[in-house]
Amino acid sequence: MTSSTGGYKTEKSWKDWLPKDISILTVLLGTALIFEILGWFIAGQSFIFNTQRLTIIILQMSIIGIIAIGVTQIIIMAGIDLSSGSMLAFTGMVAASLAQTSDYTRAVYPALTDMPVLVPIFAGILMGFVLGGVNGGLIAYSGIPPFIATLGMLVAARGLARWYTSGSQVSFFIDDYAILGSGIVPVIIFLTTAMAFHLLLRYTRYGRYTYAIGSNEQAARVAGINIRAHKLLVYTLAGGLYGLAAVVETSRTLTAQSGAGMLYELDAIAAVVIGGTSLMGGKGRITGTIIGVCILGVITSGFTFLGIGSFYTNIVKGIIIVAAVVADQYRNNNNGNR
Amino acid sequence: MNNQDDIILRTENLTKRYGGVHALEEANFTLKKGEHVAIVGDNGAGKSTFVRQITGVEQPTSGDIFFEGKRVEFSSPLEAREAGIESVFQDLALCNDLDVPSNLFLGREELLFKFGPFSILDEKKMMQKAKAVLERTAIKIPNLSNHVGDMSGGQRQCVAISRSASFASKLIIMDEPTAALGVQETTQVENIIRGLKEQGVPLILISHNLRQVFNLVDKIWVFRRGRIVGEVIAAETDGNEIVSMITGMQGGVHEKASYI
Repeated sequence: MTSSTGGYKTEKSWKDWLPKDISILTVLLGTALIFEILGWFIAGQSFIFNTQRLTIIILQMSIIGIIAIGVTQIIIMAGIDLSSGSMLAFTGMVAASLAQTSDYTRAVYPALTDMPVLVPIFAGILMGFVLGGVNGGLIAYSGIPPFIATLGMLVAARGLARWYTSGSQVSFFIDDYAILGSGIVPVIIFLTTAMAFHLLLRYTRYGRYTYAIGSNEQAARVAGINIRAHKLLVYTLAGGLYGLAAVVETSRTLTAQSGAGMLYELDAIAAVVIGGTSLMGGKGRITGTIIGVCILGVITSGFTFLGIGSFYTNIVKGIIIVAAVVADQYRNNNNGNR
Repeated sequence: MNNQDDIILRTENLTKRYGGVHALEEANFTLKKGEHVAIVGDNGAGKSTFVRQITGVEQPTSGDIFFEGKRVEFSSPLEAREAGIESVFQDLALCNDLDVPSNLFLGREELLFKFGPFSILDEKKMMQKAKAVLERTAIKIPNLSNHVGDMSGGQRQCVAISRSASFASKLIIMDEPTAALGVQETTQVENIIRGLKEQGVPLILISHNLRQVFNLVDKIWVFRRGRIVGEVIAAETDGNEIVSMITGMQGGVHEKASYI
């Protein structure tokens, strides 16, 4: 279809109107359907139509989801972040230590109990900004590859989490804080954040530069984009999201411990890659990541539902991650540079 | 001699040596405002070396570069670009995963609402402006919302050139802009170059295609073995004379030689 304006196509063909994530959505529905059928045969009950199970899937995936949003924009920029799980543990400790009730006599900061709920929330996010800023600063200004810089942070932040309370866990929160991880609240936080970052990536200069750097860093530099400042900003915002995820996680489990968030970084990266974001950079969408997170959630929950051991879950997850990367490379080879 | 104010770019005894190789020897070059010139010469004559010095890709061994009357030393291509010297090299400056307007306006987006990095883009305005820019050049790109990476070499080259052209730069340098293009695409690129002439944007064109050179430029600079061997007005010379200067042999070439 060609419009009348000087031979430039402005109208879209019907294919363009289909949601861009239709293929990943099909995978999600297919996976759910497989578990539904297996459910009736093996367990004799429905997999999908079970409110309790759905709630658990969604709650579990909300936290990975919030992390995955941060990771999505990093991977679009052709970076990587291995430190999200460890950062969640440490920022969770910091937030939790400021959310304790005065009824508990052995609080981390006895003088800082019963504070308004915004204090721990902001403390968690702020600590995330700081650690994310360290990641971004190292990557942008010292030229250390993202893989190495964030690997360092993976180890260091875990250490910080242990050091913070000498290894003991933090619990006994004020009621307001406990609300953040209960009921449907985590899902609302996840979807609101996802929407915000979707808009940010799609409609602002921030998003445009993120895609540009991921697509061709040299070209972006020559176009006058401040590459270093932008990388710093992207990793910093991602850190803030890990801090937010930590607040939700500690609230949901009603405790903060230094071992929290173990391997979350890999689940988040897996969700992003399954959601169609290319590890080569330049391509990807938040909507894809949301679906990727759901696929991961359905698989994890489906295996538990069928009573199959968690080691099998991990094996299958591993296969799916590799398959997603293979599919990405296949797409790249077939569609030229798209 | 030329009035100093008329000169946009001047080099004085510009020299570049790679070890013992004298790639460029004491080049004295001037470019007037609004002037379109071509640099011609055989392979290894020093054309590209010369361009690399004035665009900051390399730093000269000795000699001076004056841009807009001031002595300049560019330590990187970005510095040269910031000063207003745009160079078009195929594929260097495009983001494959962005569409045409995003590439054209990269780094200087039209904004609906200004708020630092979180400024909201005015996609509509950029699309309209992109259309206007490309319509002037008569480039055929079926869908501007397609990613640049999915386009043909010619379309990409046209986008890259339009980008430099619409940057309102003070000097544009094109190194073999049509070498990889088909007939129609070459015509389109030549049209863009004529448009630049009308707008008064000075241009340095490096080309092996003498017919194209005669069609497009005011003056031809001939390089041979690292030296500038001639500076001729295009209207006052012919292919034979230029070829003689390029090869250093009298008598030029046969009338029907395909080089002309």
